[in-house]
Amino acid sequence: MEGLIHQIISGIATGGIYASVSLALVMIYQATHHINFAQGEMATFSTYITLTFINMGMPYWAAFFLGVAVSFGIGVAIERILIRPMGNAPILSAVGVFVGLLLVINSLSGWFFDYTIKQFPSPFPDQALLGGYISGHQLGSTGVTLGVLVAVYLFFRHTSLGLAMRAAALNPVSARLVGVRVGWMLALGWGLAAAIGSVAGCMVAPVVFLDPNMMAGILLYAFAGALLGGIDSPLGAVLGGFAVGVIENLGGAYLVGTELKLTMALVIIVSVLTVRPSGLLGRTVQSRV
Amino acid sequence: MRNSWVTWVFVLLLAIVPTAVFSGYHLFQLTMVVVYAVAILGMAILVGFNGQISLGHGAFYAIGAYTTAILMTTFDVPYWVTIPISAVVCAGFGFVIGLPALRLAGHYLALTTFALAVAVPQVLKHRWFEDWTGGVQGLVIDKPDAPFGLPLSSDQWLYLFSLGVAVVMYVLAWNLVRGRIGRAMRAIRDHATAAEAMGINLAMVKTRTFAVSAMYTGVAGSLGAIAVAFVAPDSFSVFLSITLFVGLCAGGAASIPGTIVGAVFIEFVPNLADKVSKAAPGAVYGVILIAMLFLLPMGAGGFLSGLWRKAVGSRMAAIGETRPVAAGHEVGVGVDLAGSLSTADPVHARRGESVKP
Repeated sequence: MEGLIHQIISGIATGGIYASVSLALVMIYQATHHINFAQGEMATFSTYITLTFINMGMPYWAAFFLGVAVSFGIGVAIERILIRPMGNAPILSAVGVFVGLLLVINSLSGWFFDYTIKQFPSPFPDQALLGGYISGHQLGSTGVTLGVLVAVYLFFRHTSLGLAMRAAALNPVSARLVGVRVGWMLALGWGLAAAIGSVAGCMVAPVVFLDPNMMAGILLYAFAGALLGGIDSPLGAVLGGFAVGVIENLGGAYLVGTELKLTMALVIIVSVLTVRPSGLLGRTVQSRV
Repeated sequence: MRNSWVTWVFVLLLAIVPTAVFSGYHLFQLTMVVVYAVAILGMAILVGFNGQISLGHGAFYAIGAYTTAILMTTFDVPYWVTIPISAVVCAGFGFVIGLPALRLAGHYLALTTFALAVAVPQVLKHRWFEDWTGGVQGLVIDKPDAPFGLPLSSDQWLYLFSLGVAVVMYVLAWNLVRGRIGRAMRAIRDHATAAEAMGINLAMVKTRTFAVSAMYTGVAGSLGAIAVAFVAPDSFSVFLSITLFVGLCAGGAASIPGTIVGAVFIEFVPNLADKVSKAAPGAVYGVILIAMLFLLPMGAGGFLSGLWRKAVGSRMAAIGETRPVAAGHEVGVGVDLAGSLSTADPVHARRGESVKP
C-alpha cells in the first residue's frame, strides 16, 4: 500500500511535467490546428539557454526567467519566419516543416552545447517531505507547474490580450473584423508555448539530466496527455498530463515493467484516438464537406 | 510509351555498371541506396498517393529486417526465401495498423505512427522476445555468396540481388499507381468524401494501401538486413523513420522516380555532412527539408518531371500534338500534387478535421 501511494505521488510529480508540455502543445493546436512535433526539442534548447545563464554566474531564478523570456522570443520568431508562410499549406507540408524544425533544433542543441550529459541544478531543497513520500524537487516542480497553469488560466480568462487571443483562435475572420491582429496573436501563442516548454524543461532536467534528446520520451507522454484530456481543451490537457504520469508510473511498477513504458504511451494514444477521439474534455467538432 | 521503356532500360543498364566499376564499401553504399529507394517507394505509395501521413515507417523496416534475421539465424532459411515471407509478415502488420489508422487523418495519423516509431526499439529489446531477437545485442547474419559459381564477390552479388528485387517492386508499384486502384488511392487523397460518393470503398482501399506500403518498406528492411549482415534495436530508432520521411519529401511525395533521388539523398548527404560536424547531418536534413517544402513543394522528382513535361510538351506543341499532358511521364500525378500543395483550398488544408475530434 505504501509503495502504491509512493508510485502515485511520484506519478503526479512527473505528470506535472507532461502537463506543462501538453499545455504548450494545446496552445499551438488551438491557435493553428497544428501539432508541434518540435515542442520537445524547443524545450530542451530553452533549458540549455537557462543553463548557460546559470553558468555565467546568474542566480537561479534570474536565469530561469531570462531563459523563459528568451524562449518566448524564439517561439515568436519561429512562428513569424517558418510557420506563417505555411498557413494554408496542406498537412504533409506542415508536418514536414515541424519534423525539419525538430531535426534542426536537436542538432543545434548538440552543436552549441555538445552531446555530453549535463547536470542541471534544482532550486528546491534536496530533502524528503511529507514523511518521505515526496522529494523537495518533486513538490517544488509540481508547485511551479500548477503556478504556470493558474497563470495561463488567469491570462486567458481575465486579460483583454488573452480574450483577443482566444478570439483569434476561435474565429479568425470575425476577430480580424473587430480589430484583433490575428497574425500577432498566433505568434504570441507560439511564444507562450515556447515559454511554457522552457519551464517544463527546467523542471524535468534535474531529474533526467540534460542532453539534446532529453525530451523525446517526454514529448510522447505529453502527446498522450493532450489527447487523453482533449487536444483543444487546456484544462483537459493538464488533467490528461497528470493522468498519464500516474498511469505511466503505475504501469511501469506493476504491469509491464520499465522497459515498455514508451509503448504504453503508444497504447494510450491509439486507444484514445479510436475510442474517444475528442478526449475527456474536448469538444467534438463537426465539419462540413 | 515506348519512349519511357527505352529510358528505363537505359537506367537499368546504368544501374548494373557499378558492379564492374566499384567494389567494397562504395558498392555497399549503392546497395543501401537501392534498399532505401524501395523503403521510400513504400512510403510514397501511402503518403504521396493515398494521403495517409506516416512518420513511423522505420517500424515496418525493422519488422522486415528482424523477420529476415530471425529466419536466417534461428531457422536456417536461405536468404532469398526470407524476402517473400517478410513481405507477407509486413503486409499483415501493415493491415493491422491500417485499421486504427482508418479513424485517423492528417496530424493524428502522423502522431500515432510517430509514437509507433518511438516505441519499436523498446519492444525489440524486450526480454519476452529475447530468445529470438537477441535483445540489445542484436543478431549477426552471414553474408550470402554469389550462387551458381558466378565470379562475383558477395558485395557485388548483393548489389545485383537487391537491384533485381527493387526492379520487380518498382514495376509492380508503377502499374499499381497507374491503374484503377491507383486512381482510387489518389481520389481518396484528394477528396475522400467525393471518392466515397463515386463508389470507392474507403476502408478497403486505405487499409490495403497501408498493407502494400508496409510490405514495400518491410522488404527493404529485409534487403537492408542482408546487406548490413547485422540487426540491432538501436539501428531502428525514430531517427530511421524521420530519415525515410526526409527522403520522401526530398524526392517528392507522389513521384516514383523521385524515390530514387530521395534514396541517393539520404545515403550520401549525411556522409558528406558528417565530415563537417557530428551535429551537421541532422541540421542539413532539417534545413534541406524545410527549404524543399518552401521552394520545391513537389520535391526533386516532381521538379524534374515538371521540366521533362515542359520539354516534351513544347516539342509536342511544335508538331501540333494536342495532348501535352498525356505525353509526360507522371500523367497527372505530379499535377495533382502540385494542385493540392500550392492552392489555399480549405478542403485540403484542413482535411484532418472531418475525422478529428
